[in-house]
Amino acid sequence: MLSAIIGLGALGCIFGAMLSLASKKFHVQLDPREEALIGALPGTNCGACGFPGCQGMAKAVLKGEAPTNSCTAGGAEVTQRVSAIMGVEAVIKEKEIAVIMCKGGRKEAKDRFRYAGIHDCKAASMIAGGAKSCGYGCLGLATCETVCPYDAIKMDGNALPVVDEKKCTGCGICAANCPKFLIKMIREPNQIHIRCNSLDKGAVTRKNCSVGCIVCKKCEKACPVGAITIRDNLAVIDPFKCDNCRKCVASCPTDTIENYYSGEPRFASLIEKQLDESQSNAAA
Amino acid sequence: MSLFQKIAFRGGVHLPEEKDGTNGLPTQTCPLPGKVVIPLSQHTGAICEPLVKSGDLVKKGQKIGEGKSFITSTVHASISGKVVDISPQPHPSGNNVPAITIESDGKDEWADGIAGTGDYLYIDPEKLRAIVLNAGIVGLGGAQFPTHVKLSPPKDKKIEYVILNGAECEPFITSDHRLMVEKPSEIIEGLKIIMKALSVRKAFIGIEKNKPDAISILKSQISNLKSQNMDIEVAPLDIKYPQGAEKQLIKSIVNREIPSGGLPMDVGVVVNNVGTAHAIYNAARHGRPLIERVVTVTGSGVKEPKNLLARIGTSLDFMIQNCGGFAGEPEKVIVGGPMMGTAQHTLKVPVIKGTSAILVFSKGSARADSDYLACIRCGRCIDSCPMGITPNLYGIYYERGMVDAAHSWNLMDCIECGICSYTCPAHRPLVQFIRGLKSEIHKKKKKA
Repeated sequence: MLSAIIGLGALGCIFGAMLSLASKKFHVQLDPREEALIGALPGTNCGACGFPGCQGMAKAVLKGEAPTNSCTAGGAEVTQRVSAIMGVEAVIKEKEIAVIMCKGGRKEAKDRFRYAGIHDCKAASMIAGGAKSCGYGCLGLATCETVCPYDAIKMDGNALPVVDEKKCTGCGICAANCPKFLIKMIREPNQIHIRCNSLDKGAVTRKNCSVGCIVCKKCEKACPVGAITIRDNLAVIDPFKCDNCRKCVASCPTDTIENYYSGEPRFASLIEKQLDESQSNAAA
Repeated sequence: MSLFQKIAFRGGVHLPEEKDGTNGLPTQTCPLPGKVVIPLSQHTGAICEPLVKSGDLVKKGQKIGEGKSFITSTVHASISGKVVDISPQPHPSGNNVPAITIESDGKDEWADGIAGTGDYLYIDPEKLRAIVLNAGIVGLGGAQFPTHVKLSPPKDKKIEYVILNGAECEPFITSDHRLMVEKPSEIIEGLKIIMKALSVRKAFIGIEKNKPDAISILKSQISNLKSQNMDIEVAPLDIKYPQGAEKQLIKSIVNREIPSGGLPMDVGVVVNNVGTAHAIYNAARHGRPLIERVVTVTGSGVKEPKNLLARIGTSLDFMIQNCGGFAGEPEKVIVGGPMMGTAQHTLKVPVIKGTSAILVFSKGSARADSDYLACIRCGRCIDSCPMGITPNLYGIYYERGMVDAAHSWNLMDCIECGICSYTCPAHRPLVQFIRGLKSEIHKKKKKA
């Protein structure tokens, strides 16, 4: 008993001494700013900056490979903190928000065929471009909802994604993962969006979808500041000219143009509805 | 023939054969369709450029499309008539592909300058390659790889064997079987042309043992030809899917393994489908380009299953009508076999060079839901994978977005035979996961 205690104790002392010597000898000098930078970054490791996680970006900023405003998700606040640590002037990027450029859900645009396969838009779009009648439309299989690291996208009952503008950090990961390129990152002040991405001719779009842009050009005429132009069979708003006057919204015969965020708490009501449903399901 | 019984590839499954409906039916000629849609991409490689304009009059066998690079092919008018449209049209692959639409004038006249060669066995190899390219001949087994490329091996690769693929291992399909029974001498002549062009003395014809009539007919044809300086052997093969896959066929017959990412040429073998040999004979002997092929139309959803000799460009709709139409409500229409074929969303899709079968399943006879569960790690897909790779991991990697990890686990060796999806007790669409990962890897390569 006693010999065991002495023996183990001696071993412990020897290894302890070896470890403390090794830590002195092989000590790596860390830049104290790296620790501070990791603390300043959001820590969600979303990857939107293009580096492997927040630590990856911190290292890149230290090496001077990335500007201090690389963290889109963190916004102005993080940019200021990072710039302060690095001792440079903060160049604040304008905040952007994800906008789904399609209104054709299950009700508005029918499916051409029944898709049976992986529940993922990328996989579905490889089979004849997806089941949706409109070749440019949202497939409704929730890839954007799955990839969003901030839980800012939810699918509604019509199989269309809804973005929570309060949670959306503008990281752009959803936009990069949408196989139909339907998600556009648009600067925050812009409220009015033409929610269609179809480059088909008006008549074709009309046949495929009841809320698609039919290129009637009424919005172009209604716009007092000349922000709307027609390009490749689709009306496009110049975000730097638009002053959110809403005249185009009233002029649109197909209800494609929408005041996307203001006034209507779409996301909050959707969550409430889903909660109600799950509770009633649980009760049943 | 005990040699061929001992050697076998790893994995594989025995599928229900389902060939009884059509394997005894002689090939019928499909009536002339009123219009054909000829896609400009019916081969692996660069898409063809159209050689005609809308409004042009064309004749049967006239070249109407031609590709620019080395790995490409040509397309021909399969009926005589007027070009009415050149635009993207539905294609069996699922996507819309540029296609030439020809309206028939009912005359069915051959184009001028269709002339054969009497001593076709002594055509200069260089000239033969040009004939094969200009006849638009591609692999008729389904992959549609341009045949003139297979006939042009690089100088440093010595070809020892030619293998003709008559395995037809997919259930339901009997088009190659009928061709072997009905046109055996033409297939053998085609094989001899290939052997001469590659200066090879030894060839095998691989046929699964469930086609005894084809085996005995081809054997009798060979015994008539002993005097020539060539050695052709019929190799009866075990009934196991995917016996007709190129790599597995080579393993079964000559016991050689193609290195990862390699071609049969790397182990001194060239594999061609029996239908391709027949098409080569037709092109060399009679000068006829590839404008028709045998297509099996079968399945529970079609009234009279048939083997039809159909013109390229005939719509599925027309083919099914000529088999008595649908029996009951159709649930699923597949072009190709049930394992590797693609389900179609419109019957406007034309028959193309690689279309070996059209399968119609009525309601209740095909699984149509998309429900699947998480991987339970049972390992059945790994046990039966003929390539010895790990489909279960790829499914999980896809769901987690781990493209690089999948690549490092030899994902690119997958031949998409469909066995993993077939054996999976959780009904996971593993081939679709793999295709998704392959496309992500290709995207990454393009970016880099």
